[in-house]
This record gives sequence, C-alpha cells and structure tokens, in this order.
Amino acid sequence: MNVDITGARIYWTLPILGGIPITATIVNATLVTLAVLAACIFLTRDLKIRAVSKRQVVAEFLVETAQKFVNGNMGEKFAYYGPFVAALFASSIFGSLLSLVGMFPPTSDLSTTGAWAVMVFVLITYTKIKTGGLGGYLKGFTQPIPILTPFNVLSELATPISMAFRHFGNVVSGSVISTLVYAALAAASHAVLSWLPGALGDILGAIPILQVGIPAILSVYFDLFSSAMQAFIFCMLTTLYIANAAEE
Amino acid sequence: MERAIVLMGCAIGAGLALIAGIGPGIGEGYAVGKALESIGRQPECKGDVTSTMLLGCAIAETTGIYGFVTGLLLIFVAPGIFMGLL
Repeated sequence: MNVDITGARIYWTLPILGGIPITATIVNATLVTLAVLAACIFLTRDLKIRAVSKRQVVAEFLVETAQKFVNGNMGEKFAYYGPFVAALFASSIFGSLLSLVGMFPPTSDLSTTGAWAVMVFVLITYTKIKTGGLGGYLKGFTQPIPILTPFNVLSELATPISMAFRHFGNVVSGSVISTLVYAALAAASHAVLSWLPGALGDILGAIPILQVGIPAILSVYFDLFSSAMQAFIFCMLTTLYIANAAEE
Repeated sequence: MERAIVLMGCAIGAGLALIAGIGPGIGEGYAVGKALESIGRQPECKGDVTSTMLLGCAIAETTGIYGFVTGLLLIFVAPGIFMGLL
C-alpha cells in the first residue's frame, strides 16, 4: 500500500537567476490558460448580428451571465470588472477540474490562489484610495478610535490570506481525503478477499476490487461540486470586497 | 529518541489541530437549518436564500480550513524543520 500525498513536483529548473524551478503548478496553470484562451477563440469566431449560430448563443449566454453577476453584486458603475471576474472564475474552475483527468490541479498549490488573492488585495486598496484619497485611506485605519489601528491593519491583511487559504484548503482537503480513501479501500479489499481459501484468495486478494466505483462518489462532491463552489465563492468575495471598498 | 519525540509531537499536534473542524460543522449546520426555516416560511425566496447561505457557509468554513492547513504543515513541513534544529 502506498499513500502518495505530495505537493507540486518540480519538473526541471531554469538555470537563470539562481535557478527557477518549473513545477507542475506552472505547467498546468499555463495549460489552463491556453485552454481558456482556446475556448474563447473558438466561441467568438465569426460573430453575426442576425442568424446566430449555436456557438454564438453559448458565448452570449456566458458573457451575459458574468455581466449580470458583476452588475448585481457591484452595481452598474463597476461593469468594467466583468472580464476580470469572469477570467478568475474560468481559471479557478478549469484549474480545479484538471484533477478529474488525473493531473495536478494548479489550485491545490498555495502559490496560485495566493497570487489571485494578492491581485484582489491590490484592487481593493486601489479602489479605497481612489474613493477616499490617500489621506482618507490612511485615516480609515484609525476608525472608530485610534487605538484600534493595529487590529484594523491585521484585518486588512487577513482578507487576502483567508481568501487564498480558503480556496487552497478546500481543493487540497478533497485530494487528501480521496487519496486516503483510495488507499484504505485497497487495504480493505486485500484484507477481506485474502481470506478466501487456496489460490483463489491469493489472486483476488491482489486485485483491489473495492476501488472500483466507490471513489467516484467522493469525486463527484470534491471535484465537481467543491470546484464550482469555490470558484463561485472566490468571485463573489472579490466583487463584494471591491464594491465594499468603494462605499467608504 | 529525540526524533521519535519530535515526530510524536507533530502527529499529536496535527490530530489536535483538526479539532477545529467541530466549530464549522456546528455553525454550518445551524446556518443551513435557519435557511431551511426561512425557505419554509417564504418559498419564493429560495434562490436568494440558497446562494447567500452557501456564501456564509464558505466563510464559516475558513476556521476549519485553517485547522486543516495547520495539520498539513505539522505533518509535512514541521518534522523537517525540527529535525534540522536537533
């Protein structure tokens, strides 16, 4: 029985700047980006005003859904965040769904979700400074009384950290539990079937029969439902935080 | 001997860190129960209530996720660091 729980593997190292490791995360995240790009190009080829094709209906539906989501959560004046949120959602869900085909999902690496959370944090700070000016932004930390300043700074920094850890933790916990259940089912089928007498037990005991089918139930929850859920929540929080930052 | 004590401490700590899963379980159960109550009272609000509830559940889950990440760090990262210190 081998239980294999590892982070991203390092494929090779670029020999510049003291060696930049190229990990499975970087390779798969690039693949996800290319897949999203290919899907966009495929869906938006030869758009028409009349007599639209099925492909164009799908593309229009996706764009309208994203725009409705952003307008509903942030208001009309932030409509230009639509493409950004849609890109985050597409990267997140394609990245998490890579685990369905047995590849390392880029979202189960803290670097990926951390990078997204830092992007959102920069946007939140930018929106706050744009709304209230630099003075207003700094003054916001001393509200309601100046003695709370350290706590305000902490809660400001906790936002990107909790966003990154939430997405990362959900995807990793799914893969860890799937791996453990997989190993446990192999051990269980060996323990049960090797009791059979003679050569039959030896042969059947070596084949992990219980592994067939049962992990698929877990996969439906952890890979399909949880991936879609986390992508939705990440985008929801992004829009809510940015819209909140503009109100102060 | 020291190595055994370090490994034992990390394993026990990882187990204790996962106690953090109790809180989100209770909290999410309570949130879902309240959401079901409100859907029962006003079935026309089902969509809004469900999406808000899922968002709230995801935020309530954060503390449990922190516990899980701490457990992962204790199992995969901490033994290496502490063995290096010995």
